[in-house]
Amino acid sequence: MESLSNKKKVLEQKPLNLAERMYLPAIVKGLGTTMSHFFKKSSTIKYPEQEREFSINWRGMHSLKRDEEGRERCTACGLCALSCPAEAITMIAAERKAEEKDLYREEKYAAVYEINMLRCIFCGLCEEACPKEAIYLDGPIVPSDYLRKDFIYGKDKLVEAPLEAK
Amino acid sequence: MDINFIIEKFLLVTILFAISLLIAMYSTYAERKVAAFLQDRLGPDRAGPFGILQPLADGIKMFMKEEIVPSNASKWLFMVGPGLAMLCACIGTAVIPWGQDLNVGGRIIPLQVTDINVGVLYLFGVVSLGVYGVMIGGWASNNKYSLLSAIRAASQNISYEVAMGLSIIALLLVTNTLSLKEIVAQQHGWHWNVIYQPLGFIIFMICSFAETNRAPFDLPECETELIGGYHTEYSSMKLGFYLFAEYINMFVSSAVMATLYFGGYNYPGMDWVATQVGPVAAPLIGTAVLFLKIFMFIFFFMWVRWTIPRFRYDQLMNLGWKGLIPLAIANIIITGIVIAVVNKF
Repeated sequence: MESLSNKKKVLEQKPLNLAERMYLPAIVKGLGTTMSHFFKKSSTIKYPEQEREFSINWRGMHSLKRDEEGRERCTACGLCALSCPAEAITMIAAERKAEEKDLYREEKYAAVYEINMLRCIFCGLCEEACPKEAIYLDGPIVPSDYLRKDFIYGKDKLVEAPLEAK
Repeated sequence: MDINFIIEKFLLVTILFAISLLIAMYSTYAERKVAAFLQDRLGPDRAGPFGILQPLADGIKMFMKEEIVPSNASKWLFMVGPGLAMLCACIGTAVIPWGQDLNVGGRIIPLQVTDINVGVLYLFGVVSLGVYGVMIGGWASNNKYSLLSAIRAASQNISYEVAMGLSIIALLLVTNTLSLKEIVAQQHGWHWNVIYQPLGFIIFMICSFAETNRAPFDLPECETELIGGYHTEYSSMKLGFYLFAEYINMFVSSAVMATLYFGGYNYPGMDWVATQVGPVAAPLIGTAVLFLKIFMFIFFFMWVRWTIPRFRYDQLMNLGWKGLIPLAIANIIITGIVIAVVNKF
């Protein structure tokens, strides 16, 4: 049947000619190709010392944000944990006391906030779900470690550094 | 036989053994580096500057690994296999002349462990024995893949030894001697045998690739079909011995090719250099030149490995029996006719 797309290409299997049967010309050509790569600059990035440049929408380690006055934005609503397809986020909420007014923005805050970095798939749904703009995946690559328990990141690793005193 | 003779030979053997092991060690490093450079990568560069301590790290790793002997393996042969492979790889260096005679304080010291008058034949014997290590190891593992690999190794080696032997016969027609010392001495200056025997050299080189189980003829270690091949069941330093033996074999066959076809320690203008630097330094420069040639060949082995894909088994046999052997026979006939004609006139 005729091909409608006109893209069909029938391969003919011709018997090898003498030069092809000798292998050597093709081998010499191949050796030339590999040798040309010998002097090319390698494309390796030596990771721990050098880092690849990330695109602007790259998603790395999470950080819990603070507002303009240095208060934690998170109100422990749990939407991030609900939206998380990998079940990586968990938290315990607590009520803000009067003297903690300049520590937490809302009346309810996360006393414990944990992300299991081994479960996290860095999809960014927590970022999208957050109504308080409290969580962003704008950090570096999550470093490797030896023990599973060390991959459960608590607030000590996640919360942004406090604002510098004015 | 005086005591000096024994000391000389003992020293020479020890040095050769150490050099073979050292070169084999750094061949593993060089192989990874060459592979990396040919593929636009960097290769091992973490252990020491430029990764030059990598072979040591690998060696330590090999020693520390758990040693597993399969319960249904033939224990004795399982142990003999790697040892035999290593032994056969190491004894090949004995007949290669590593340089001209050293003249130290009036005493002539030959840089060759032994100059037997059938040196070429000895080399062939050793090379053929090498396959026994692979075969015994493959059979003793009691593993189907290992056995298949051992059979492959045996048939491949036998097939390519025929062509290798025939290509050597043409060379012997030119040299008229089996002693490696004389063969090298005849190639003084630039009279290298490769000029008289280019076809013989190409056949010999292809066969040495097959004999050393190197790519593109590494069918006994074909990972895609046979897991690891004959060393599937091996672990720890026994595996290390097999891998090491392969690199020593590569070193020895590079040395043999350099000796038989590329003039050994000879280089153009060596007489002029000898008058300039004196009788003690001149042979050592020759030795350095020989090692340079060997390193070139080792690099070529690696270069080919990272360029050409593996042959299919039927292609391998076709090439050996239908390609190389007729070519080698034709080479003998042509060489014979040319020598007869040249001698006549």
